[in-house]
Amino acid sequence: MSALPAGDIPSTRELPIDITGLDPVAMRAWLRMMLLTRDFESRLDALSMAGKIHGGMHLSIGQEAVAVGIAAALEPQDLLACAHRSHHHAIAKGLAPDVIMAELFGKATGCRGGRGGTMHLADMSLGFLGGNGIVGAGLGVAMGAALGAHLRSSGQVAVGIFGDGGANTGRTWETVNIAAVWKLPLIIVCENNMYAVETPTETLTGGGSIAARAKGFGLPSYAVDGQDIAETFRTIRTARERAATGDGPTFIEARTYRYEGHSTGQVINYRTIEEVREWQETRDPIQRLRLALDDAGELGEDAFDAFVASVRQEVDDAVAFAEASPEPDPLDATRQVTALDLGMGNL
Amino acid sequence: MATVTMAQAYQQGMREEMQRDPSIFLLGTDLFDRGGHFAQVLGLGKEFGPERVRDMPISEAAMVAAGVGAALNGMRPVVELNFIDFAFGAMDEIVNQAAKMRYMFGTPMPLVIRASSGVALYAAQHNNSLEALFASFPGLLVALPSTPADVKGLLKSALRGEDPVIFMMHKRLGSVRGEVGGPDDLVPFGQAAIRRTGSHVTIVAYSQMVVKALEAAERLGADGIEAEVIDLRTVMPLDFATVTASVQKTGRALVVTEAPRFASVASEVAATIGEAVFDWLDKPVTRLAARHAPIAHSPTLFESIIPQVADIERAARSLMAEPAS
Repeated sequence: MSALPAGDIPSTRELPIDITGLDPVAMRAWLRMMLLTRDFESRLDALSMAGKIHGGMHLSIGQEAVAVGIAAALEPQDLLACAHRSHHHAIAKGLAPDVIMAELFGKATGCRGGRGGTMHLADMSLGFLGGNGIVGAGLGVAMGAALGAHLRSSGQVAVGIFGDGGANTGRTWETVNIAAVWKLPLIIVCENNMYAVETPTETLTGGGSIAARAKGFGLPSYAVDGQDIAETFRTIRTARERAATGDGPTFIEARTYRYEGHSTGQVINYRTIEEVREWQETRDPIQRLRLALDDAGELGEDAFDAFVASVRQEVDDAVAFAEASPEPDPLDATRQVTALDLGMGNL
Repeated sequence: MATVTMAQAYQQGMREEMQRDPSIFLLGTDLFDRGGHFAQVLGLGKEFGPERVRDMPISEAAMVAAGVGAALNGMRPVVELNFIDFAFGAMDEIVNQAAKMRYMFGTPMPLVIRASSGVALYAAQHNNSLEALFASFPGLLVALPSTPADVKGLLKSALRGEDPVIFMMHKRLGSVRGEVGGPDDLVPFGQAAIRRTGSHVTIVAYSQMVVKALEAAERLGADGIEAEVIDLRTVMPLDFATVTASVQKTGRALVVTEAPRFASVASEVAATIGEAVFDWLDKPVTRLAARHAPIAHSPTLFESIIPQVADIERAARSLMAEPAS
C-alpha cells in the first residue's frame, strides 16, 4: 500500500477531468446529485448511533461518481440492480431521499414499507431492481432482466453492479459468461473500492486485474477511473449504445474508493489515514467535477454553495419526513409473502 | 380418453401454456434438441424455437438468476434443473432471491423451477429429498404431483400464478400413465386429493409414496381395514383441512414420506394433527419415513432405507391393533 506523506499530497487540481463535449446543464445536475448522495449518507452513522436507524449501513461516501455516472448514461426505461452498498445507486436511479430515509428508519412510508431496509431498497417503477444483501447476486438479477429485455424486445438495457468482493464469487463469472454468449443488453460494472470488507482486493485477486480477467469471456472490458465522472459516464454511455444495438454486454471495472469503513461504526485499522487522505484530497469525485466546471466557466462559487445548501435542506426534510412518519402496522410483517394465500394465518 | 405419462403430461401442459402466453420460456440444459433429460419438454424446441427453449451451460446459479431477473422484467421463466439436487448450486438464487422478491421488492415472481426428485438410482448425491427444506422458506410454493393429471393441472396453476414454484417430479413415476385435463383444467395449489376413501385409518402421502400407500390400502382392504389415502399434491401450501377432516373421521393417522423423518413434511403434518384434532385420535399419530442415511447405490441398500408397501401396511395394521390392556 503506498501512502504519501501528508505534506506531499497534491491538490485535486493535479488530476483534472476532461469534460470536453459534455453538457454543462447535465453536469451541474450530476454535481448536485453527488452532493445530495454524500450529504444523505453523511447523516446516517449519527442516526444509526442514535438508534433512529436500526442497525448499521454500508456507506458509499467517495464512490458517488460511479453511481451518478452510470445513472446519467442510462435511459429512463433501463434497469439496474446492485449490491449491499446501494444508497448512492438508489438515489442516482431516482428514488427520493425521503422514502429511502423512511425505509432506513423502518417506517411505513419507506420505499418498501419497512420490509427492506438498507440493503433492499427498490422501486420497480424506476427500474431500480434493488440492492442485494448477497455478494455477487445483483449481477445475476440484472442479467436475467437483460434476458427479459431481449425476449420482449423492449429496448431496455440492464446494469448489474457488484464489488471487488463479488468479483471473486463463482456466480459472477457464470453470469458474465452467459451474458457474453447470448449477447445480452447488459452492462456489467465491478465497483472496485479496493477492499473486500477489510482485506485489500489486490491480495485476493488473480489474473492481474478484475477487468483483465473478464476479457477471457470474450467481451469488451475496461478499467476506468471511477472518481472521474466524465470518464465513467462516457464509458457507460458507449456500453449502453453497444448493448442497445444488439452487440452484447460490456464489462467495466470502475476503480473507486470508500472513505468510510465497510459498515457503520467500524474502526479502520487495515489502511492508513494517509491513504484515505490521498484519495480524498487528490481524487475526490465531487471536487474534481466542481473544478472542471469552474475552470470551464460553467459554475460560479455561488452555484456550488447553492447546491450544498439545497441538498442539505432536502436531506433535512428527508430526516424530518422519516421522523414524523408512522411505524408500520405489525400485521404487515406477514403480508406480501406470496400472491397465493397459503392459509398459514392460524398456524 | 388416451392416457399419457407424467413427462407427456408435462409436455402437454407446457405446450398449451406456451401457446397461450408468449411470456413463458424455458431455461436449462439439453432442452432444445434432447427435450430435457427426462423428455419433459420433448418437441418444444422445434415448436417454439431457440429463443423460448434456451439451452444453458451447466451454471445453476446463473440459470436461476436468469429466471429471477427475467421474471422481474415481465417474463415467465421455467428453469429446468434436471435433478433437484442441483438446486444446491443455485440455493441463494432460489432462497434469497426468488423466494423473497415479492416481500422485499413488492413484485410478482412468476418463476417455475422444475426438477426430478425422489429416491431412485445413482446414489447419495442425486437423491436428496428437499421438499421440506424448500417448503420451510416463506415465499416458495412446492408441488409434488403423483399423477399425470396433477402434473398438467398443477403446472398450469404454477404458470398462471405469481409465485416462485418448485415443481418436483418423482423419478420413479415415469411409467405412470393416466388421463389429463384440458387446456383450462387447473389443479389448484393447496388442495389435497382423497385417492381412496376409508373410515378406519388415514394415510397421508405425496409423490411416489401415494402409489405405495394405495397398494398398501388394497392389501388392508382385503382384511376389512378401510384406509383413506390422501395425496397432498402440494406441500406448500399444505391442505391441513382435508387431513384433519379425515382424521376426525378415522381417528387414526399414518403420515408417510420418502424423506428422512427429522424435520420432514411428515413431521409437520403429524404435529398439526396433534395440535388440531388431538381429541379425535384413538392412537398417537405414526410417522413412517426414510431411515436416517444418505441414499446408497445398491437397490438392496436403498430400498431398505425408504418405506415400502409392506412397511406402510404394517404401520397401518399397528394403528388398528387394540391396545394391550
